[in-house]
Amino acid sequence: MTLSEPEATEFPVRLPGESFPPLQYADFREQPGLIRSTLPTGSPVWLVSRYEDVRTVLTDRRISSDPAREGFPNVARTGGVPTRDQIPGWFVGIDPPEHDRFRKALIPEFSVRRIRQWRPLIQETVDRCVDHLLSLGDSADLVSEFALPVPSLVISTMLGVPFVDREFFESRTKTLVNLKTTTEDERGVAVQELLRYIGRLIKVKQRRAGDDLISRLLESAVLSPEELTGVVMLLLIAGHETTANNIALGVVTLLSNPQWIGDDRAVDELLRYHSVADLVALRVAVEDVEIGGQVVRAGEGIIPLIAGANHDLNSFDRPDEFDPGRAARHHVAFGYGVHQCLGQNLVRAEMEIVYQTLFRRVPTLAVDADVTALPFKYDGTLFGLHELPVRW
Amino acid sequence: MKIHVDRSRCVGAGQCALTAPALFDQGDDDGLVEVLDAEPDGTQAAAAALAAQVCPSGTITLSR
Ligand code: SF4
Repeated sequence: MTLSEPEATEFPVRLPGESFPPLQYADFREQPGLIRSTLPTGSPVWLVSRYEDVRTVLTDRRISSDPAREGFPNVARTGGVPTRDQIPGWFVGIDPPEHDRFRKALIPEFSVRRIRQWRPLIQETVDRCVDHLLSLGDSADLVSEFALPVPSLVISTMLGVPFVDREFFESRTKTLVNLKTTTEDERGVAVQELLRYIGRLIKVKQRRAGDDLISRLLESAVLSPEELTGVVMLLLIAGHETTANNIALGVVTLLSNPQWIGDDRAVDELLRYHSVADLVALRVAVEDVEIGGQVVRAGEGIIPLIAGANHDLNSFDRPDEFDPGRAARHHVAFGYGVHQCLGQNLVRAEMEIVYQTLFRRVPTLAVDADVTALPFKYDGTLFGLHELPVRW
Repeated sequence: MKIHVDRSRCVGAGQCALTAPALFDQGDDDGLVEVLDAEPDGTQAAAAALAAQVCPSGTITLSR
């Protein structure tokens, strides 16, 4: 692998007490070309920090999402992105045209209209989660008692997970995201248990179809049951921690900006402002390609910084201010290009319903800690909060 | 203004239907873009332009 620039910038770290995104991103955007950096694993990588460059990376057909390719960057503390040999159907790591079969099979399930039909069920789930929170007395950790259960219960409803299994499902998905207390072995066990469970669930649905996503995908027969297992696992993982992080960070930001509570425009601004999936869209060049004036050689890893793009002064006025009034829809919080988040309308619905319901039913909700000292996920692939002590 | 879409490029995230619901919808069966009004009047022109800008797959193009 060759990287032509001589000096590598250290991989950006988020520092406790520092505002988000890392202050360094602003310097990155000012520098010509791209930023050459070295991953924690020691591999070289290009960082892309400007809005237009990020959109270019995410739409150029000469740039691949396949983690099995030489040079693909790994930013995770554990395993990294699974390859399709590890989990068939993990189609965020598959390039077009093969990718399109998976995407097309799932699109109807996540359309704006279909998600609108799910709203009463999302509302019911959120109400149950608020009931649970209130049953705990007058204080709790909002992350583990509310922000994590909401997306897990919503997706298990959509998938058609029987009610009695939801607790199992929720506890295993929680194990996957808790980097603080979970060891790599425990994570591995949880993944295997979930894959086995999903496999069994698919068999049940093959015998007795229901009004759920798995049954409809089985009926369309575009994906094999084995591929479907991986797809379901992907839906679970992609939509779980990301949504929980957005919910928890959003509560903190809205409590600090209460004039925006009750305004649904806050949702897209929260998505842009926090850009929780900052380090998620990993890529590798398949051919030599020029981005932002820098030639990237075939086989070199590329990380488009989502928070970098979403805080680019050239695309957003006063980007570091939280201002839902800007109604900026062109952010790349969900990525861009063919892999743009399929579940984005579900996340929007969940966030809207969560904030409407939570602040209405718990009007005295307050953060029970010094906001700057909260345990932010400075170390994770996703930005978020490990815990959020609240009282009411 | 005239709206053109290349449905073969659509990745169905529904940004268009969300941004300009008077102009775009998603097909019930396939979830892919459907144009409700291909020749929007002046009041909808800005919404059409925004939809074309936020579409992640270059499916939507506009002409005069
Ligand atoms: S925004 Fe573009 S990709 Fe998404 S549904 Fe509309 S036309 Fe298709």
